[in-house]
Amino acid sequence: MQPSLKGRREGSPWVGLWAVFFKEMADHLSSTRMRILEVLILFSAVGAVYAGAQTLRQTVSEDPFLLLRVFTAAQDPLPSFVAFLSFFLPLAAIALGFDAINGEYNRNTLSRVLAQPIYRDALLWGKFLAGLATLALILLALFLLVVGLSLIFLGVPPDGEEVGRALLFLLATLAYAGVWLGIALVCSVLFRSAATSALAAIAVWLFFALFWGIIAQLLAQAMAPYDPFDPESELRQAEALLAFSRVSPNTLYAEAIQALLNPGVRSLGPVLISQLQGALLGSPLPLGQSLLLAWPQLTGLIALTLLLFALAYVLFQRREVRA
Amino acid sequence: MVIETQGLTKRYGKVVAVEGLNLAVEAGEVYGLLGPNGSGKTTTILMLLGLTEPTAGTVRVLGFDPVREPLSLKKQVGYLPDSVGFYGEMTAWENLAYIARLNGLPKAEAEVRMRQVLERMGLAEVADRPVGAFSRGMRQRLGLAEVLLKEPKVVILDEPTLGLDPEAAQEFLGMIRGLKAEGITVLLSSHLLHQVQAICDRVGLFHRGKLVLEGRVEELAQRVLGGAYRIRVGASPLEGLSERLGALPGVARVQLEGTELRLEATQDVRPQVARAVLEAGASLNSLVLEQPSLDEVYARYFQEVRHAA
Ligand SMILES: Nc1ncnc2c1ncn2[C@@H]1O[C@H](COP(=O)(O)OP(=O)(O)O)[C@@H](O)[C@H]1O
Ligand SMILES: [Mg+2]
Repeated sequence: MQPSLKGRREGSPWVGLWAVFFKEMADHLSSTRMRILEVLILFSAVGAVYAGAQTLRQTVSEDPFLLLRVFTAAQDPLPSFVAFLSFFLPLAAIALGFDAINGEYNRNTLSRVLAQPIYRDALLWGKFLAGLATLALILLALFLLVVGLSLIFLGVPPDGEEVGRALLFLLATLAYAGVWLGIALVCSVLFRSAATSALAAIAVWLFFALFWGIIAQLLAQAMAPYDPFDPESELRQAEALLAFSRVSPNTLYAEAIQALLNPGVRSLGPVLISQLQGALLGSPLPLGQSLLLAWPQLTGLIALTLLLFALAYVLFQRREVRA
Repeated sequence: MVIETQGLTKRYGKVVAVEGLNLAVEAGEVYGLLGPNGSGKTTTILMLLGLTEPTAGTVRVLGFDPVREPLSLKKQVGYLPDSVGFYGEMTAWENLAYIARLNGLPKAEAEVRMRQVLERMGLAEVADRPVGAFSRGMRQRLGLAEVLLKEPKVVILDEPTLGLDPEAAQEFLGMIRGLKAEGITVLLSSHLLHQVQAICDRVGLFHRGKLVLEGRVEELAQRVLGGAYRIRVGASPLEGLSERLGALPGVARVQLEGTELRLEATQDVRPQVARAVLEAGASLNSLVLEQPSLDEVYARYFQEVRHAA
């Protein structure tokens, strides 16, 4: 049990936060994991630009959102950059977080660190923020690489709105990565063995990547059965399916970047013809409108991240310091 | 009082780890928290530091409540855990630098202190080597270096000699004794009673979470062993010597142990013993005054408790 759960305690919970942050950050940046991630970054950036260039050569280069096309264009056998990111980032986040707390136990360093004048809060926040900052750094490197390469190979400078969309896309991606960092952090508190923790986090990832779609379908069918004589039942089922699939951070992320990267998207989820009245089909939405569209998904991702952190926090506060 | 607890109790579910502990350690003392494994020493230490919350009772260390004022307390109290670990891929210097930053030491001052403590612990040459390659003894010394980094008023050491070879253990105990000379109050725990008894001013003996005996080593020996003086006599032939020596004034008990006799006496009766052996016509091979061993005190105490029950 940790003192903080009872009564008032002296001083700030943030004392020592930056010491932890910089130590963890240095650890991440010098680790072998980071070298592997860097190689992956380089490959994916080159792949994205290559795929983008191929696609663009095939289409007429009248597209006003060239940079965004580079992000989303897939070229067999290469997945699109975005698809690659949504696959790669959870794994990177898990790689950075799965041994955050149990690593301290296993190295017998936790009691020594907590015997210093800091609270556990500082340790957990420091580790979380260092992971997030490392992910942000990875993302930024990727982003600059892709933009730079597409400038060289495609020769079209992105305009202001495109850059704005791309940066918002980065933010959404960071929030998505934050969710997986949170999951990894919870696992690192729950499981004493680092291997078990990594496996558990990857299991969660697999669950959402492969199985949640099917489960959401089954749940939706059970909750809102399709009735051939009731035309509205189909819509209800579609809505139920959407609600269930939005439990998954993958869905939230996919929807958010769909809205942000594709200015033509006007709605996320099932659309009724009546809702489209007065809308100019195919005409791009302004950035502000797209952001508004992605807003619930964005806040959802951030809220999920905070929730997971809070869970890790509560679990960690209750942990005994000795193994 | 530097360390004071009242009715300190810790339960883990049904397991009572520490029960009704009243501890009082004075400034400048070396206090030994001794007892077998699982008797509650580590739990007590964790409660003193606020690393685990007591189920009942109060703790004051340097006047601070570890539950309410952990930061002020931990600024002045150094702690060396029983299985001390470091970040293996970082050097000794980097490990210390991290702890210095966690303590909020300004960089310049931290570097001066780090150099000092590494020098003092004999680790100056290996400061730039990764700790992963350090021996157990070096890690233990690095742990003590880290403890001294914050210039503590109180140092708490959990099983400081665990895993050290006898020579390294004695050296390390010497370093601990050196802390007393600087006016640092030391609380150490150990299950190796005989090993640490020499450096403790006072000891508290734990049994199943309770402090059963407390005092200076000689006092305890006197109280529990009856005779504080234990004398080993090697003589031949041994026949009839037992009775003769047992009759000497001041001798409480005589026991045959192998080829030697073991005497317990209330005073140093070696001259009388020597005379008695020679008068009996036997030859005296050896005559040794043994230091009372805490292990024996402990064992005897429970023998008596069991007899009384
Ligand atoms: N986290 C825990 N959960 C349950 N029991 C524990 C826990 N930690 C310690 N104990 C029990 O508390 C008792 C005292 O342990 P400890 O303080 O480690 O003894 P010592 O340090 O003297 O060897 C032991 O019986 C141990 O099993
Ligand atoms: Mg112990």
